[in-house]
Amino acid sequence: MSYSLTVNGQVRHVDEDGQTPLLWVLRDTLKLPGTKYGCGIAQCGACTVHVDGQPMRSCSLALEAAAGSQIVTIEAVDGPQADAIRDAWVARDVPQCGFCQSGQIMSAVALLRSVPKPTDADIDIAMSGNICRCATYNRIRAAIHDAAGSAQS
Amino acid sequence: MALVIAAIVLVLAIVLRPQPLPEAQALPANHRSIETAQLRPAAAFATITDPAVRSVALFEEAGRVIQHPRCMNCHPRTDRPTQTDAMRPHMPWVTRGPDNAGAATLRCTTCHHDANFAASGVPGNPKWKLAPIEMAWQGKTLGQICRQILDPARAHMGRDQLLQHMAKDELVGWAWHPGGKRTPAPGTQAEFGALIDAWLKTGARCPA
Ligand code: FES
Ligand code: FES
Repeated sequence: MSYSLTVNGQVRHVDEDGQTPLLWVLRDTLKLPGTKYGCGIAQCGACTVHVDGQPMRSCSLALEAAAGSQIVTIEAVDGPQADAIRDAWVARDVPQCGFCQSGQIMSAVALLRSVPKPTDADIDIAMSGNICRCATYNRIRAAIHDAAGSAQS
Repeated sequence: MALVIAAIVLVLAIVLRPQPLPEAQALPANHRSIETAQLRPAAAFATITDPAVRSVALFEEAGRVIQHPRCMNCHPRTDRPTQTDAMRPHMPWVTRGPDNAGAATLRCTTCHHDANFAASGVPGNPKWKLAPIEMAWQGKTLGQICRQILDPARAHMGRDQLLQHMAKDELVGWAWHPGGKRTPAPGTQAEFGALIDAWLKTGARCPA
């Protein structure tokens, strides 16, 4: 069946089974491989995208449920919080292997949009669904604090 | 010469001896079969003549649903839900947030949507959220749970709404259609609702 969804500002029509995870549609059909497949069972956060502004695990969202939504992926996330996060990530050299990082960044940007000056506890709650096998958690937390400072100034 | 012939015969006998052929084996079942436990119907309690005793017996039967992991997992005594039949802490680490549907920055809807999703194994329902903390059931006896649900200050509902919640609420109803490998609550929601109705009509007596 054919579904339309807006991905990174463009209306896209995809002809796939409605139960296909959005993650497969993004990576395989729309060729946007920045969003990663880590676990496929909503445990790791590597597949996080924004759906109508909310961070969601694209491995756990059916195409038919995502249809009609505005989807933003790591390839196009922008705005002052995204810029601040990107700069802080570079300055702190946050990634190690990098696999989890697009999901980390999508969650971090969403956090700063809703809590401009997050505490450690805010960061822990918002980011607890994003696992990093390389354990870059301390750098992630520091970079979010840096970004919060610079996005405000 | 005779020795050579004997050796050849021996070798042939070993090689050509009848051997069992490898047999096809069934692959292990992908999912363990899910058994649905039955509930005793409310009518089966009519033989108990003392209404107070019958009322307690009805509630104890309903308690097989109330204390089932499908119901208890969303009635935790902390800000964190539990999950699976083993009622282990929910992974990832999530909290109930101000409206019992997750913290503002990690909503239940980050993963849980309107329906069970087979591809990721994540269950779903449009009303997915925790029971309020005043309705914590984990760690309580059935008698304590009984008195709690009859107390409007904690249950946030009167008896009519309580019956409605048990017998008709669609999120409660999910417990009988949990999808995946999750064991459903015993019986059906209609049978459970009939037990609660009969319990209320017999004076809503609680176990000790
Ligand atoms: S791939 Fe979606 S949470 Fe791991
Ligand atoms: S940087 Fe390697 S998994 Fe996070």
